[in-house]
Amino acid sequence: MIDRKPLIAALLVAALLSSAVAADQDQELTVFAAASLSVAFEEMGQLYKSNSTYRAIMNFDGSQMLRTQIEQGAYADVFASANKKHMEALQAGGFIDNSTVRPFLKNSLAVLLPKDNPGRIHNLSDLARPGLRLVIGNSQVPVGQYSRQILDKMAEDPDFGPEYRDRVLANVMSEETNVNLVVSKVALGEADAGLAYISDVSPKMTGQISTLPIPDRYNIVAEYYIGVLQGSRLPEQAWQFIELVLSEQGQSVLKRHGFSPIGSSNLIQSAPGSQADILTRAAETAGAAA
Amino acid sequence: MSGNNPAKQKQRTLARTTRWSRAVPTTVVSLLLALCLLFLGLPVASLFLRSGSSLSLHTISDPIVLDALRLSLSTAAATTLIVVLAGTPVSYINARYRYPGKELIDSLIDLPVVMPPAVAGIALLMAFGRMGVLGRHTSALGLEVAFTTLAVVIAQIFVAAPFFLRQARSSFQEVDANLEAAARTLGSTPTHAFLHVTMPLATQGLISGAIMTFSRALGEFGATIMFAGNFQGRTQTMPLAIYTAMQSDINVSLCISLLLVIISFVVIFLVKSLARRNAHAAG
Repeated sequence: MIDRKPLIAALLVAALLSSAVAADQDQELTVFAAASLSVAFEEMGQLYKSNSTYRAIMNFDGSQMLRTQIEQGAYADVFASANKKHMEALQAGGFIDNSTVRPFLKNSLAVLLPKDNPGRIHNLSDLARPGLRLVIGNSQVPVGQYSRQILDKMAEDPDFGPEYRDRVLANVMSEETNVNLVVSKVALGEADAGLAYISDVSPKMTGQISTLPIPDRYNIVAEYYIGVLQGSRLPEQAWQFIELVLSEQGQSVLKRHGFSPIGSSNLIQSAPGSQADILTRAAETAGAAA
Repeated sequence: MSGNNPAKQKQRTLARTTRWSRAVPTTVVSLLLALCLLFLGLPVASLFLRSGSSLSLHTISDPIVLDALRLSLSTAAATTLIVVLAGTPVSYINARYRYPGKELIDSLIDLPVVMPPAVAGIALLMAFGRMGVLGRHTSALGLEVAFTTLAVVIAQIFVAAPFFLRQARSSFQEVDANLEAAARTLGSTPTHAFLHVTMPLATQGLISGAIMTFSRALGEFGATIMFAGNFQGRTQTMPLAIYTAMQSDINVSLCISLLLVIISFVVIFLVKSLARRNAHAAG
């Protein structure tokens, strides 16, 4: 009889806590977003919060990882994928409200180097030099798929030769499951170079990382897709988040973080004087030198 | 319980309440035990139930699976061998002798057991990475440690060695030092006494310590992915392959998981029967 009091008290506390958590969850929008959006979407979340009584909770990882989590029952309201493939797979599985799916930005790749360039990499051909230590995404994560597409295109060019792709891949020391892990290994100086998005070189990173541009003719246009989950308990708020991302305000946040707005047909021409524009000019110079 | 208990009379009058006060705890305890069994057993059973076709020849012969299996077994075996060879004398000395700094060494040995593997991973990177405290110098000599198979073994030794060291030390402590002394008075050299008196008596403990180290090494994930990276055939051990494959082909993940479970069971079984045989031989 004496034992019951603490038990009842404990149950009451647990009930109160869980209801508090539940109440809190009602005010939260869960956004699953590609790892490359980490910095930009944190800011997007702030923006969302200032216009809404809801706040957006972000979960960043490789798009393929987020897709698996959703397929295995993870709850999300919004999914933002760094490629079309993982979005389409979830659509095919009935996880996404098809009417909400939109492309929302474009991105492309660059070679990231540690600031002091320990591998003495000065052009794209250098990446094939034996003994270098490279990091790329694995073949499931979008950035890894894009990297392989770029290497394929370069291998077709006689300037690099058909063995280029294999020689570069032979230098890979680690295949990462999301792009942030590629960037951090370059920033730490553990890798001589990494293949990542141009948007990954944030102002915060420029002290640790420099970039070797990949010319347009080899580069890819990465189209990111966003959509509302079929199982979302907050479809209206989820759609409001997507509207914010697609709005002029949202697009300017993305642009500031090195992404290209979806409206522009060409990534590089979109923003004269921007980082992308500077990269283009550098790329043209590099292309001419190669 | 016995019939001649003088308190029985009193018990009988209180039978109603007593029966209840006994039945309730018994029910609660059996319920808890059942829950415990379910909680621990269900996930392992589900692995087998959900695997379906994933243990097919086709999945097992997937290069991801074979490479991970080969790498995991060889690195965990290398780790165990190194730990046993280097750790046995260290444990013996720690069990028998006092020396300055022993306390510190004992605490350091225990540290990786309580340290989260992610911390171990970043610590190893800061020490042996290319920009690391020591790695900077080895790297200048052309020896890269991080993100190689060697790094896998180093990570495993770091997190798994304490399990052997702790077990070996207490096994040596349990051997009566007088037995060694007696052997010495009968003309044994210290080495002879160690090999023929102390070792046989401590064998069972040493073996179980080695199993613990092997299993821990086989399961190492956090320190490995941070310090050795994730590269198929070179640093992608079975736990890393499970994590990576889950993002594309869950069947491959399940297949590797099942193999790990089976390996764990086989290792436990083998070593237990080995230890039993040794115990018989010694007795």
